[in-house]
Amino acid sequence: MLGRFVRVAEQDRPTVELEVDGSPCQALEGDTLLVAVLSQRNTLRQSEFGDGDRAGFCLMGACQDCWVWTPTGERLRACTTQVSAGLRVMTHPPGEDVWPNLA
Amino acid sequence: MAEPRVVVIGAGPAGIRAAQALVAAGLRPAVVDEGLCSGGQIYRRQPANFKRPYEALYGFEAKKARAVHTTFDDLSNAIDYHPETLAWNLSGNTLHLVRNDIADTLDFDALILATGATDRLLPLRGWTLPGCYSLGASQIALKAQACAIGERVVFLGTGPLLYLISYQYAQAGVDVAAVLDTSPFSGQIGALPVMASRPSMLAKGLYYRAQLTARRIPVHTSVIPLQIEGETSVSGVRFRTGKGKEQQLVADAVGMGFHLRSETQLADLAHCEFDFDEELAQWAPVADVDGRSSVPGVYLAGDGARILGADSAEITGELAALAVLSDLERPVSGQRVQKLRQGRERMERFRRGLAMAFPWPAFLARGVEYDVLLCRCEAISAGELRSSASQCGAPELNRAKALIRVGMGRCQGRYCGHAAAEVLADMRGESLRDVGRLRGQGPVKPLSCNTRMKVSK
Repeated sequence: MLGRFVRVAEQDRPTVELEVDGSPCQALEGDTLLVAVLSQRNTLRQSEFGDGDRAGFCLMGACQDCWVWTPTGERLRACTTQVSAGLRVMTHPPGEDVWPNLA
Repeated sequence: MAEPRVVVIGAGPAGIRAAQALVAAGLRPAVVDEGLCSGGQIYRRQPANFKRPYEALYGFEAKKARAVHTTFDDLSNAIDYHPETLAWNLSGNTLHLVRNDIADTLDFDALILATGATDRLLPLRGWTLPGCYSLGASQIALKAQACAIGERVVFLGTGPLLYLISYQYAQAGVDVAAVLDTSPFSGQIGALPVMASRPSMLAKGLYYRAQLTARRIPVHTSVIPLQIEGETSVSGVRFRTGKGKEQQLVADAVGMGFHLRSETQLADLAHCEFDFDEELAQWAPVADVDGRSSVPGVYLAGDGARILGADSAEITGELAALAVLSDLERPVSGQRVQKLRQGRERMERFRRGLAMAFPWPAFLARGVEYDVLLCRCEAISAGELRSSASQCGAPELNRAKALIRVGMGRCQGRYCGHAAAEVLADMRGESLRDVGRLRGQGPVKPLSCNTRMKVSK
């Protein structure tokens, strides 16, 4: 399986290069981050409570089950984040030494 | 007197029609909406660079979707629009907003809450597996992102959305393995005369169903869902048919939902009075026929007030705006109000039909086994909730929440709250009304710890 989500239309869009967990990930302009990741992968993240993988659930910003992080520790809700060129995301929370810059 | 400050929360069909009526009366309302674009959920817009026509996106509702979008676009110079903005708290006559981690406040004299709804869910073994999504999510993937949630999809639950979304997936060429409806077919037949209050709506429902049959997609009614199967992600669904036969379907995705629930947190934070609606089997803020809540200056519209659907949202949005205007002693056409009230009443009759046709399967929530996860956010099982009732004596939901954190997680009870109420009521041998409801808390959605106040220059 290439990815979990299957594109059924609108595939004629310019590509956008992202980086997910340090690896390149090609998305299409207009993708949400969730769609960008799940059109290439089977899962998005792990439950913080040890019950396995998660891949989002509501897609409308309500369940908060699609949180991912930037390398500097900012949290992104993948279903409501639009992809942009050069966006770098981690699907595991960053280590405890990394905290958001509040300045 | 200074111009009254009217704020509308939500830019779906209710919020848009409310804003339109306020602008028509010469006011300049603020519209606060979490979405990137206006439209709400049912009329959610695709990104600007997508090319599918309205007809492909909204089917029979294309004309309405276009009208709602055009109305809002035409208002752009007449309103203060706050897109991608969460109203996360409310204190007195001040709303607390956040956009891109920048917090701000907005004062109001009148507030129209058109906050919409989310899917109503109940837990099922395996529902946390990757590949299981809400029905709403399944539709958003298709409509706003031109994606299916999987290669072969089972749709499970009950309600009008179940058939609409199954049809939309089939129409988009996705392999729909089956439609599993927990409601009995007899109830749907029995409800036909009541649903005839909106003949075109009923006809559409029947059309979707006929289309599924024509495409040889199995539709099972009176289903008891047993399990979403899979080790690390969805591999199938096991269920019992109405005749008691166990069946298994192979699928890599499940879209699941049991009609909708209102987003009422802000009404709660505004101290609106709530009452338990037996027909909808959910708590709802009390409102008069025009949308006035129990709190002066706070008005309710659309599915956030009462699940009546998109057409009704347009009506109740305008009604709420006219109520605001009337209370501000601005001229309001009595004839228009009468017409809108009549329209709303027709929606109410239809909704009663829907409730008969697609009842909330409380017995499934009450029958959830001990080890099944009830809370997706913090992996709390139904058994843990049962022990909070039996061993710790939790008398109502908020106490159970304090004891075992059900409803405390990041979705704040949106996806576990209804089932949790059923389980607790079952344990205590009480009614849903007795076990109460999870109180809304600010922030109504999690804020980033990077959030900082707007610095005014």
